[in-house]
Amino acid sequence: MSQPTDKRRRTFLAGAAGATVATVAPGMVLQSIATAKPRDTAVTDKARYGMLIDTTKCADGCNDCVTACEKENGLDLLSKPEGASDEQWDMQRPRWIRTVGLRNNLTGRVTRLPMMCQHCEKPPCVDVCPTGASFQRADGLALVDRHTCIGCRYCMMACPYNARSFIHESIEIKSTAVPRGKGCVESCTLCVHRLDQGGTTTACQDACPHNAIVFGDLNDPNSEVSKAMAKQPTVQIRDDLNLNTGVRYTDV
Amino acid sequence: MRVKLSLLLTICLGLPLGPGSVHASEEGVEGTAKADKLDACVAPTPFMRRNHFELILHQRDVTVHQGIRKTDNSLSGCVDCHVRKDAAGNHVAIDAPGEFCAACHEYTGATLDCFTCHATTPAGN
Repeated sequence: MSQPTDKRRRTFLAGAAGATVATVAPGMVLQSIATAKPRDTAVTDKARYGMLIDTTKCADGCNDCVTACEKENGLDLLSKPEGASDEQWDMQRPRWIRTVGLRNNLTGRVTRLPMMCQHCEKPPCVDVCPTGASFQRADGLALVDRHTCIGCRYCMMACPYNARSFIHESIEIKSTAVPRGKGCVESCTLCVHRLDQGGTTTACQDACPHNAIVFGDLNDPNSEVSKAMAKQPTVQIRDDLNLNTGVRYTDV
Repeated sequence: MRVKLSLLLTICLGLPLGPGSVHASEEGVEGTAKADKLDACVAPTPFMRRNHFELILHQRDVTVHQGIRKTDNSLSGCVDCHVRKDAAGNHVAIDAPGEFCAACHEYTGATLDCFTCHATTPAGN
C-alpha cells in the first residue's frame, strides 16, 4: 500500500463520513476525521480502543449488556452438552461479559459492574501464549487467533480478570461474523467485526438502557470516551498490576 | 404388506419414514450458485484449483491480525458465491457431500477443517 493512495482515501472518507470542519479564524481550520477504517486497510496504532463504564448508572439486576453480547457474538447459539450437569454448564459456558459485584470490606458498599476483557496495553495473556495465538492488534485489542490456538489455556490462567472462556464442545450452529471452534480460547473482542466494517459502537454499549457504557478511541481527545474520562475520576481494576487497561470504570 | 404400505405413504404424502430428511441432506440444484453464472473466480480457474488455499490462508492472517475484511479472497466470500440452493430454495451446506468444497476434498482425501468453526451457508448455519 503506497502512502499517497492512503492519504487520498482518508481525505475521501473524511468527506464521506461527514467530518466536521470548523473555521476558528482566517487561515485556521479545525478538522476531525472519523476514526472508522475502510474494510481494505490495515489497522494502525493511531487509535486505541477502550471503554468507560459508569458504575453509578449500572442498575442492580440489569443484564442487558450480557444478553446483547451473547446475541451479537453467537454465544446464545451454544447449548448445554449432552450429559453435562447444570452446575458444570454454568461453570464452563463461555461468557464474554459477566456482571460482578465488588464489596468494600471496610464499609460493606457493593458496586455492580460488567467485567470483560480489559484490553490491557501489556496483556498477560499475550505474554504467556506459547504459540502467538493470543496477540495484540495495532489498535490495542487483545484477541485470539484461533487458527493457531492450541487450547492450552495458559492465557486463562494468566488473565487477572477471568475474562477468557474455553470452548469445550463441537459447534453445531456457526455464525458467519463470529466463528468459534472446539478447543480454542476466546474473549471479548470489543465487537471487532463491527469496527472492521466501519462500526463505531459495541453491542453492549448499544444495549445499555442507562448509557453506562461509552466506547471509543482513547487516543482521540475529541472522542466521547476521552471526553467522559477527562470529566470524572476513573479507575482501572487491579491497577496495581500496571497493565494500563483499555476498559476503565468510574466510582469503584 | 407393511413395506408396501410405507412405500405407498411415502409416495402419496411425501412423508419420509426414515431419519435424515432435514434440509442439510437435500442436494444442491445445478446452476443455483452465484458462481455458476460467472466465467471465472477471483483468478482463472486452473490457478484457483491449485492455489485457492494460499489465497484463503493469506486472507485469514490479514483479516485476524490487521482487520482487513475485503471479501474477494475471504472464506465467507467463497461460501457466499459457491453455495448452492436445494429445490426448495434453501442454501445447502458447502461442505455437505457432493457440494462445492466437499466434492474435490473427498475425492482427493484432503481433510477440510475450515467448517468446524466457519459457517457453511451465507447466513450462518
